[in-house]
Amino acid sequence: MNKREKEAYLREYGVLKSQGKPFFPYAIAKDSVMAIMVMVVIITMSIVLGAELGPKADPTSTTYTPRPEWYFFFLFELLRVIKPPALVPLATIGVPTICLILLFLLPFYDRGAERRPERRPIATAAGIFTICAIGYLTYLGAAAGPPTEIDIPVPANVRSQGSAAVANFKSGEQVVAQSGCAACHKFGENGNAGPGPSLTRVGARLPAQAIQRTLINPTAPMPSFATLSEQSPKQFEQMVGFLAALK
Amino acid sequence: MAKLKTPTLPSNPLTSPKRPGKAYGPSTPLEHGAEAGITAVDWIDERTSLSGGLRWMMFRKVPKGTNWFYTLGSATMFAFLSQAVTGVFLAMYYDPSATRAYESIQHINNDVFLGEFVHGMHKWGSSVMVILIFLHMGRTFFFGAYKYPRELNWVIGVALLVMTMTMSFSGYLLPFDQRSYWATIVGVNINGTGPLVGPYLSEFLRAGPYFGATTLSRFYAIHMLLVPGAIAALMGFHLYLVAKLGTTAPPWVRAKSPDALREQKVSDL
Repeated sequence: MNKREKEAYLREYGVLKSQGKPFFPYAIAKDSVMAIMVMVVIITMSIVLGAELGPKADPTSTTYTPRPEWYFFFLFELLRVIKPPALVPLATIGVPTICLILLFLLPFYDRGAERRPERRPIATAAGIFTICAIGYLTYLGAAAGPPTEIDIPVPANVRSQGSAAVANFKSGEQVVAQSGCAACHKFGENGNAGPGPSLTRVGARLPAQAIQRTLINPTAPMPSFATLSEQSPKQFEQMVGFLAALK
Repeated sequence: MAKLKTPTLPSNPLTSPKRPGKAYGPSTPLEHGAEAGITAVDWIDERTSLSGGLRWMMFRKVPKGTNWFYTLGSATMFAFLSQAVTGVFLAMYYDPSATRAYESIQHINNDVFLGEFVHGMHKWGSSVMVILIFLHMGRTFFFGAYKYPRELNWVIGVALLVMTMTMSFSGYLLPFDQRSYWATIVGVNINGTGPLVGPYLSEFLRAGPYFGATTLSRFYAIHMLLVPGAIAALMGFHLYLVAKLGTTAPPWVRAKSPDALREQKVSDL
């Protein structure tokens, strides 16, 4: 906006304002009606939906599903969309930070004098696109259930080692399933494809030692299983054994 | 030398003139009551001069064409106030220690009078506030209301949005059940992947390299002291700027041309 446009706007706005109505009681009345509606919605949600507590937090437990509040789903889903491990910092911090900076500086790069949405096609299209993108990612996040069951056929080399190895494989499978790994990793047909890499053939890529190290000291945002390895080393061993057997 | 006679003083120069009323001065109990109220307000105003600011705030004009979209901002503020009030009552019973937090929330839900109701209002109120703040931002964006002269108010509004999201993130841990615990661990880890400041930020949030006993009280202090204080202060500044610059008119509303106005003025006479 140049000086002329600024003055034209201020003049126009001054006239509009002088033709308006006083804030009290006209705007206050509308605001009050809206406030009552907000209150009614909050009270209704509280009565209908309640405030149930889940089981108590337990750092050693293996049955959990790390899911954020629903309005963070779109940020979490960004991790699933951007998959390569080298780009993870881009998804976790890069894209949100850039979007936030763009949002902060909006009035400084969109300096046109026009205010009607239909005469600002780029801004309106960008706004609608952003809303659709956030809505779509939120929908994806809500639809991606936290699977707690993994069903993988026992590999041939495990079966050939006898029934003890098969039982170990099965209990390892259960530990992995209960630990919510499938929320971020794919195991054959089960689990979500991302943010973490597919673990269908992780045993072929990494030796058991490396898998163990990664579980204890993972790359963010994966949580560490160090407490599990200390509190119940047997379960942890079964977990590592199961993952190493996936070839 | 002859002295001029001093004029007699008026009987009581300090009595104020009688107020216009049915009789001279208050006579009925109602008039006495009104008089007491006026005196009290006068006393405060004489010492604070607040009435000018209040008149400026309340009787400023709102442009023609203002519609229901313009109530979204005040609705967000109202949701914040509701969160503040319910939060105060929850804080009376909540215990931010890793061993007691979960039990204190259970106590609120099961034993305290209307405890689960207030807890539910606080929990779902956060969703309502997030939805309202996004709708308010959408209205501002599509109506071009962030343009000159309201750029600074947009920047403050985005800061308020970030702080609202910080509130929901820090509050999510407080019930200390499985879901909140593990989701917060992942969230803090995500912060840790940031360049340069990332690791320091997540270490600050955790109060150390690992999730420990002090993490919960740190989140609690951030959730109920640091961020709400900043939100209240910025909200005040946001409102001051709204009153000073005026609320926008919908972009399609046009003022009448000065000629039309002049004709109207003449015909009014």
